[in-house]
Amino acid sequence: MSLALRIRDLIKDHAGEKALKGISFEVPEGALFGIIGADGAGKSTLMTILATLMDADSGEVEELGLDLKKDFKILRHRIAFMPQRFSLYPDLTVVENLHFFADLYDLDPAEKQKRLSDLLKFSALEPFQKRRAGLLSGGMKQKLALCCCLLHRPSLIYLDEPTVGVDPVARRDFWILLKSLKSEGITLVVSTPYMDEAKLCDTLLLLDHGKVLDSGSPREMLSRYPYSLYRIRGPKPLAYSARKEPPQGVSLVYPAGGELRAAVDGGMNASQDDLWKDFPGANASESMTPDIEDLFFALLSREQASLEKTVK
Amino acid sequence: MQASIETRDLTRRFGSFIAVDRLTLRVERGEVFGFLGANGAGKTTAIRMLCGLLQPSSGTGKVAGCDIQTETDGIRSRIGYMPQKFALYPDFSVEMNMRLYGGLYGLKGQALRDRMDVISRLLNLEPLLSQRTDSIPWGWQQRLNLACAILHKPEILFLDEPTASVDPVSRRHFWDIIAELAASGTTIFVTSHYMDEVEYCGRVAILVQGRIAALDTPVGLKTTYGHASLGEVFLDVVERAQTTSSTQ
Repeated sequence: MSLALRIRDLIKDHAGEKALKGISFEVPEGALFGIIGADGAGKSTLMTILATLMDADSGEVEELGLDLKKDFKILRHRIAFMPQRFSLYPDLTVVENLHFFADLYDLDPAEKQKRLSDLLKFSALEPFQKRRAGLLSGGMKQKLALCCCLLHRPSLIYLDEPTVGVDPVARRDFWILLKSLKSEGITLVVSTPYMDEAKLCDTLLLLDHGKVLDSGSPREMLSRYPYSLYRIRGPKPLAYSARKEPPQGVSLVYPAGGELRAAVDGGMNASQDDLWKDFPGANASESMTPDIEDLFFALLSREQASLEKTVK
Repeated sequence: MQASIETRDLTRRFGSFIAVDRLTLRVERGEVFGFLGANGAGKTTAIRMLCGLLQPSSGTGKVAGCDIQTETDGIRSRIGYMPQKFALYPDFSVEMNMRLYGGLYGLKGQALRDRMDVISRLLNLEPLLSQRTDSIPWGWQQRLNLACAILHKPEILFLDEPTASVDPVSRRHFWDIIAELAASGTTIFVTSHYMDEVEYCGRVAILVQGRIAALDTPVGLKTTYGHASLGEVFLDVVERAQTTSSTQ
């Protein structure tokens, strides 16, 4: 299987801090690859480097079989980057923005017309093509930004938290677009704070403080979940503050939607049928399968707890 | 008991476009009220009217006992508003931003210093006070944003997507603080695109094209629409309302 990305020991100091502390991973061609991690984990720094917009201090990156350092000019015609911030021209209309970016990429007139009409159809922005970009809804702005990335037919696209501030309906639509790009063989590297989106990726990379904490398919990563997880029924989910110590034997307590969840160390051998008795207001507990958000909590909560402690 | 927020047929038009259409709701003191809707459903317009920042085209409303058309100064001193866009000064220190916002809300001298102490302890901001605001991680910047909105002990706190782009662990801590504020009697009026957070609200309104399409407790909504999660309820309500409006 050929690789779209091969990264070895990537290091970057950013504003006096070690933003990336030796990162290595690979992305197969055609993958939908997700990057998750806490705020400040290094996700945006990593993407900015891979998008050729910033140099790493050291390390090797092979992108689409080319060397990032030597061949960045060629790569810029073959990759695309959708940054976190809306970076189109709010005063230009949808179609004017597309024309502008098409001209930056030097598309010839016939190709340009074809791409524009294909992309307007693909994104369902056709009815809005004369609307000024600044007046689009959040979801439509992101679709337009995606279209601007696609004009030059890149084989590899980086998307930095593309669905932040986008409502659930538009978020679902956006991911349908990503899936259809994947089916065309385009490699997508996307970061997201939404764990329901992380679940849709083939492979995930969990970054923490500039290091790779874990990676693999969502299923593989979940198989390494370190606790036994229980659902506690009865109490209001926010009744347990993260500031309070959890009951004895319980490593983590946190709300998840309308219920409370408790992660128990080594719960495999002990029967936890009566776990709920340790929680005031509870009337039942049952074992459950963790999802990606539970895993995220498990791996990062200790980290965060130690940060809170040093903060105190 | 007097409601924290009470509106009747609150409407706002922009030309021929009706952004908020006869909004009638009542939010009690200390309630955590979730205000949901797709982008462009009218949430921010409604919040701006409730905060006295935008005059309604018609209808009436009272917020913290003040009329939203005639007593906007009274409203502004009684509410805290955390806008969707980060509104602090990135090159100020954390402490400077708090001093500035406290001052804007009329706090000064010892009273301001005392409140800053209390709030920085509550939000664990103490060790960061001297750091530049743009040098701290995003989740912590949002905490500072919240700190600035509650310095003057508002009766009602309006939070417009406070946790957008905040990671799950930091979101969790943010909601702990919200729960503490609500427990001490602050009314919370919050918008979010994270449906798991919305489950923490006492009641939830779903806005579609300026109108309330559903309003109930999270459990009530899930029962009525027959879904296991609020995310599914949301998609269902929005799609039903849109189908109705397009067949009209």
